[in-house]
Amino acid sequence: MASICFYFQVHQPYRVKDYRVFDIGNDSEYFNDSSERSINNKKILNKVAGKCYLPANAVMLELLNKHPEFKISFSFSGVFLDQLQEFSPETLESFQKLVATGRVEVLEETYYHSLSFLYSPDEFRRQVRMHREKIQELFGVTPTVFRNTELIYNNALAMEVEKMGYKGIIAEGADHILGWRSPNFLYRPQGTENIKLLLKNYRLSDDIAFRFSSKDWADFPLTAPKFAEWASQVNGNGNVINLFMDYETFGEHQWEDTGIFNFLRHLPEEIYKHPDNDFVTPSEAIARYEPTADLDVHNYMSWADVERDLSAWLSNPMQHDAIQSVYKLEEEVLATNDEKLICDWRKLQTSDHFYYMCTKWFQDGDVHKYFNPYNTPYEAFIAYMNALQDLRLRVVGHPSYAKKVKVRELP
Amino acid sequence: MFGWEFPPHNSGGLGTACFGLTRALANRNIEVLFVLPKKVGVSASFMNILFADERRVKFHEIETTLKPYVTSEGYIRERDKIFSDVYGNTLMQEVRRYALRARDIAKKEKFDIIHAHDWLSFLAGIEAKKVSGKPLILHMHATEFDRTGGQGANQEVYNIEREGMLFADGIIAVSNFTKQKIIERYGIPAEKIEVVHNGIDECDYANIPDKLSELKRAGQKIVLFAGRITIQKGPEYFIRAAKRVLDVNPNVLFLVAGSGDMERQMMMEAASLGISDRVIFIGFLRGDDLSAAYKIADLFVMPSVSEPFGITPLESIIAGSPVLISKQSGVSEVLTHALKTDFWDTEDMANKILGVVSHRSLWQTLWGNSREEVKKITWDAASKKCIDYYEKIICECGVASDVRYI
Repeated sequence: MASICFYFQVHQPYRVKDYRVFDIGNDSEYFNDSSERSINNKKILNKVAGKCYLPANAVMLELLNKHPEFKISFSFSGVFLDQLQEFSPETLESFQKLVATGRVEVLEETYYHSLSFLYSPDEFRRQVRMHREKIQELFGVTPTVFRNTELIYNNALAMEVEKMGYKGIIAEGADHILGWRSPNFLYRPQGTENIKLLLKNYRLSDDIAFRFSSKDWADFPLTAPKFAEWASQVNGNGNVINLFMDYETFGEHQWEDTGIFNFLRHLPEEIYKHPDNDFVTPSEAIARYEPTADLDVHNYMSWADVERDLSAWLSNPMQHDAIQSVYKLEEEVLATNDEKLICDWRKLQTSDHFYYMCTKWFQDGDVHKYFNPYNTPYEAFIAYMNALQDLRLRVVGHPSYAKKVKVRELP
Repeated sequence: MFGWEFPPHNSGGLGTACFGLTRALANRNIEVLFVLPKKVGVSASFMNILFADERRVKFHEIETTLKPYVTSEGYIRERDKIFSDVYGNTLMQEVRRYALRARDIAKKEKFDIIHAHDWLSFLAGIEAKKVSGKPLILHMHATEFDRTGGQGANQEVYNIEREGMLFADGIIAVSNFTKQKIIERYGIPAEKIEVVHNGIDECDYANIPDKLSELKRAGQKIVLFAGRITIQKGPEYFIRAAKRVLDVNPNVLFLVAGSGDMERQMMMEAASLGISDRVIFIGFLRGDDLSAAYKIADLFVMPSVSEPFGITPLESIIAGSPVLISKQSGVSEVLTHALKTDFWDTEDMANKILGVVSHRSLWQTLWGNSREEVKKITWDAASKKCIDYYEKIICECGVASDVRYI
C-alpha cells in the first residue's frame, strides 16, 4: 500500500513598497505600492489568482467530485487569507468550497508566515493561535497537523508543537538528515511522545514542482501515467509518499501551456490504476501508520535551496541585522496595544522580506532572482529598514510609550 | 596600437585602460608597438620601466600637445603657451598632423593589426591602414555624446568618429551601453561591433596608504565622488543628493575629487544650498592619493549622465569602498553587487546613500560581495576577447598566413 499525500502551500507576503528614508515619519503605509512593479500586492494577488488559484481550484473541485476517495491538503498563511479577503473574495470562496467537501484538510502554521520560532517562542505561540482562529472563522475546521514556515524544523520545534496539542508535524525529507532512510515512512521526532513526523519526498515533489517543464530533464515530458508508475514503485517499500509543494506550481511556476493542469486532471485516475494506491490527508496518514523510528534533527533544516538550511533567510549581515531589529521591538510594540501598529510589526516578520535580502545566489540569476520583486537584495533591505525605522518612531511616539518611560523615571 | 599615457601620468580612465590591456596582451604573448603622444617630462623610458621584464612592448612617441579629453578651446589655450610653429593651429589640425606622423611610423614598422583608442587617434589609425593595408580596429571608450552629456556634440569630432568606424574593419565597444549608442547615433551595423568590457588588476592597488583617515575621527561618514567635474560625470546630481542626505543626517561628509570645467559652478551650487561645510573639493587626485580617498570612503558614488564603462567603481571596491553607480553606465553591466540608480533621481540616490551610512550590515554585505565579484573582472579576460577578435578580423580581411607575424 502506498498512499499519496498532497499538501500545497499557499502564501503571499505583504511586500514592502519602495519606502524611502524621506517617508519616515510621514507615511505609515508600508505595503500599499500601486505601481506596475511586482511589489504591488494587489496586482500580484490578482495575477496569481487568475493564473493559478482559480483555475487550479476548479480542477481540484472537478477531481473531488469525480473521485470520491481523492484527498488533498492546504496550508494557508494568515496574510494570504487577509489578502484574499481584501483583494479577491471570489478566490477565498473557491477555497472554501474545496474545504467544504470534507476531503480537503487545512494545516496549521504561523499567521504571518514568520521565523518567530527562532526569535520569540511567545510570539510564535501567539501567531499559531491567531492562525487557528482565522482557519476556524473562514473554514469552520480546526487543524491538527502543523507545518512551520518554509518547513523550517528541528527537535525543539517538534517538542513545542507537541506541547501545543498537535498530532503531526511536517518537514523536509532532507538527504543530510535521512541518509539511507526513506521519507516514505512516518517518524517520531527525537524527544517527543506522541507527535508524528511526515517528511517530504523531495524527488517526486520536485519532479512536478521544478522539473515538470524542463526540456533538459531526461524524463521530460512528465505524464500522469509515468508519474503514477514511479509512485507505485514505492509499494512494499514505504507507506506514504508526501508530495509537498507551493500551490503556485499549478499555473504560475509551471504555466498552463506546459500542460500542468492536464497532468493534474489525469493523475488520480492513473494512481487508481494501481489498486494498492490511494490518497490520504496528513491526519489520515498519522491515524493509519505508526512511526518506524526516531528521527534526530538537532540543527534547523528547511525546504529551501540545495542547502536545505536557514541560509536563504539568514546568511548575510543584512538579513541578521534586519530580523534582529524587528524582534528587538517586540516588547514595546505589544505594550502599545495599538492594533494597527502591532499588525504592521507582524507583517514585517514575514520570512519573504529576509529572503529578498539574500545575496547567496544573486549572481547566478536562479530562483532567488526569480522570486525577488526588488531590483537587488540591497534595495529590499533599504526599503525594509526605512519602514522599520518609521514603525519604531510610531512606537516611541505612542501615548502608552510615554507613560511607560515616565513610570520608569520615578524614583 | 595607438593609445594614451599610462598611470600615474594619465588624466582619466583611458590611460588606465590602455595600460591594463597592453600588459595583459603582452602576458598572452602578443607583441605591442605602442604609439602615443609625447609630453614634456615623460618619456618612453618611463613607459619601459613598467614592462621591465618584457620585450614584447615597444614604445614610439610622437611629439604633440594632444591629450585625452581635450576640447577645441582647451587645445588652443594649451597650444598658445608653447612658442613653436610645429603644432597645428587648431585641435583638428593637430589631430591631422598626428595622423601624418603616425603614417611615417606605420611605413617603417611591421605589424598584423592596428588598434586605435578613442577618436583623437582614429585618423592616425586610418593613415596607418592606408599605408600598410593591415586591418584596423577602433576601440570606443567614449562617444562624443558621452563626453558632452548629450548637449552640443562637436560635429567635426562626430564626423571623425563616424567615418573612422565606417572605414575600420572592426569596432570594439567597452559595453553594450556604448554598442547601442554606436548603432543608434552613428548608424553602424551591430555585427560590426564587439563588446569587450574593461577589467582591473588588483596588483596595481596593493599597499594603499592610510591618508586622510583623520577625516573619520569625528565618527562622520564619508561619501566620495571621483572623476572629472564635467557634465558627463553628473557632479550636480551628487551635490543635490548630498543636500537631501544632509537634511536627514548632518554627520556625513561629501568629498569631490577631481577637476574640470564645472568645478567652480559646483562650488557655487554647494554654497547656495548651504552645505559648503559638508562638501569638500579636494582637487584632482591620482595614484595612491586617489586610492586613499577610496579607502576612507563609506560609499563611492558615480552619478554619470552617460558612462561608456567607468573603471573607478572597480578601483573603489578593491580599495575598500562599496559603490552606488548610475544605471547609465557600462560598468553596471558587469557589476551586480552595486547599488544602482538613475543619475537624475537624486531622491533615490540620497535614499541609498543614507541606507549605506546608517546600516553597517548593508555596507558589509555590499562591499564583501562586490569585492568577490571584482576578482573576476580582469584585464586578462578582456585581452583574451581582444585576441580572439583580432583573429576573427584578420581572418575576415583575408590576410594570407605568409604575410602574418602572429
